[in-house]
Amino acid sequence: MSNLLVIPFLLPMLVGAVLIFFAKQHRLQRIIAGTAGIALFVYAAFLVYIVYQTKEKMIILEVGNWDAPFGIVLVGDMLSVLMVLMSSLVGLVCLFYAFKTIHSEREKYYFYSFFFFLLTGVNGAFLTGDLFNLFVFFEVTLISSYVLIANGGKKIQLRESFKYVVMNMVASAFFLVGAAYLYATTGTLNMADLGNRVATMDQQGVLNVIAIIFLFVFGAKGALFPLYFWLPKSYYGPPAVITALFGALLTKVGLYSLIRTFTLIFNQQPQFTHSIILLLAGLTMIFGVFGALSKFDIKQIIIYQIISQVGFMIMGLGVFSTSALAGSVYYITHDMIVKVALFFIVGIIIRVTGTGDIRKMSGLLKTHPMLGWLFFIAAMSLVGIPPLSGFFGKFALVVGGLDQGQYLIVAVALIVSLLNLFSMLRIFMNVFWGEKNSTTVALTNKQTFPLLRPVIPLIVLTIALGLGAEPAFQYVIGAAEQLMNPEHYINVILP
Amino acid sequence: MKNNISVHTITRIAVFIILSFAVFLLFAGHNNPGGGFIGALMTASAIVLLYISFDLQTIKKVLSFYFPYLIGTGLLIAMGTGISSMFFGYPFLTQFFDHAHIPILGNVELTTALVFDLGVYIVVVGVTLLIITTIAEDDS
Repeated sequence: MSNLLVIPFLLPMLVGAVLIFFAKQHRLQRIIAGTAGIALFVYAAFLVYIVYQTKEKMIILEVGNWDAPFGIVLVGDMLSVLMVLMSSLVGLVCLFYAFKTIHSEREKYYFYSFFFFLLTGVNGAFLTGDLFNLFVFFEVTLISSYVLIANGGKKIQLRESFKYVVMNMVASAFFLVGAAYLYATTGTLNMADLGNRVATMDQQGVLNVIAIIFLFVFGAKGALFPLYFWLPKSYYGPPAVITALFGALLTKVGLYSLIRTFTLIFNQQPQFTHSIILLLAGLTMIFGVFGALSKFDIKQIIIYQIISQVGFMIMGLGVFSTSALAGSVYYITHDMIVKVALFFIVGIIIRVTGTGDIRKMSGLLKTHPMLGWLFFIAAMSLVGIPPLSGFFGKFALVVGGLDQGQYLIVAVALIVSLLNLFSMLRIFMNVFWGEKNSTTVALTNKQTFPLLRPVIPLIVLTIALGLGAEPAFQYVIGAAEQLMNPEHYINVILP
Repeated sequence: MKNNISVHTITRIAVFIILSFAVFLLFAGHNNPGGGFIGALMTASAIVLLYISFDLQTIKKVLSFYFPYLIGTGLLIAMGTGISSMFFGYPFLTQFFDHAHIPILGNVELTTALVFDLGVYIVVVGVTLLIITTIAEDDS
């Protein structure tokens, strides 16, 4: 029993509720939001430390003092607290970027409240050990995201957010159907208990159908092939900070749930379920990168890069071995950092040049060297050039894939990485190289510095994560071992 | 409908019946069918009936709540009950109850779940009325 696990979603919820009262006072709102963001991040780091110190490497809380299979339990194992730490970090930097970029009209319509409600849902989804509770936290996340994506109400935003809402409603309905089926078949929704019972039932017949329903649900939320079609356009409308937040957090919640359910619950028939996941991983990588190559709008390219990277992140789950899963966890961590940095930089580039079309930009490196080199480091990290963090994630995935004899997916991953490199370099060459052209420069080099401030810690972190890959890998291998040995998880919750 | 006497008269009586039933549902909540959510929907429907039979401006003068603040207050109350159990070393959202003897009412069961329900009640009243009045005002 430890109330420590409640704080990561209770604090943002409390702050979100308090901020409703100060929606019209911009200064006060920012002070409260900023303080809460820092506090949340520090607390999440503390939580990772606490969990790492315990003997079982996980802590649980039976909410409302109801015993485990009957009440809702919160579980902080190594993966979930790491995810909470990353989401708090993303929340913190997005908050400070939002202070500089978000229009006060948006602030007035409860931007910060819903920002924190979104974090509530995300952190809750990472920590819960109950399938229905996961659904509830998904809904908290989604409802806040509906508000954030439509906030501001430009024409394109409203049109595309409608599709986003419909798509997510359909997926949520299927989530509910899946949970109902699972309850009817096994008689429980506690994930540890489910793991037990699905194992005793040998995951036959209808349980495989349910597994595929969940794959569909989390695939739609996590933007897997062929369910990613809603993502590129709906993420294009809102301002850069919202796109960064969604790109870094929302797809990851889907992927986290996928990893959790397919290692803990549906782990009996990997030759069936995990082969499908592997196939989807490959196709997601390929189609994502093709999308990125076919676009000339800089924001669109990065959005398609989200999809392409999703493929890498679930590749480890498809391969289903400790080292590959460790690669996946590491890759998710790395991607959250780099994706946010890239979206911030892209937001600044669009502000500087006043256009999103890379063919119309040129020679920014001469006038904005800082912006250019930060973009270069982030892009190289995304592609996976050593010694940056992206390399080690891909390295672990490739080694894990070769160990299991999955040569095809490894080949696909390497070829797609090459295409990723090409697509990122295409941006760099078009935007930063060449002669200065006549496009108006809205912001001078000096004026971009305050905007770049939230980017710098992220860039430092991706370098540090690459150079310190050894200790980082100790942690993620620990997390992957927990995932591969669900008996430990089950035993702690149901002693 | 401004001068429709029969609607006005019936509304005045019906609103009281609906409101008292709403309060009954709120208190029945944690042990029997009912609760904060459904009680709040009843309350909101009573107020919407007022909006329809009189008009928006008149009722706004009488019930001059700013709904977003109502939502915030409700959320804080509901969370507060969850948090309060943490101060006594119990897990988040643990509920307690006791029987107390209150004059006139007799033996009454007091529960912290009721306070939580009250928070839910306020949130749902706020949300429902905010949605309905926003859409209604859109016309003008």
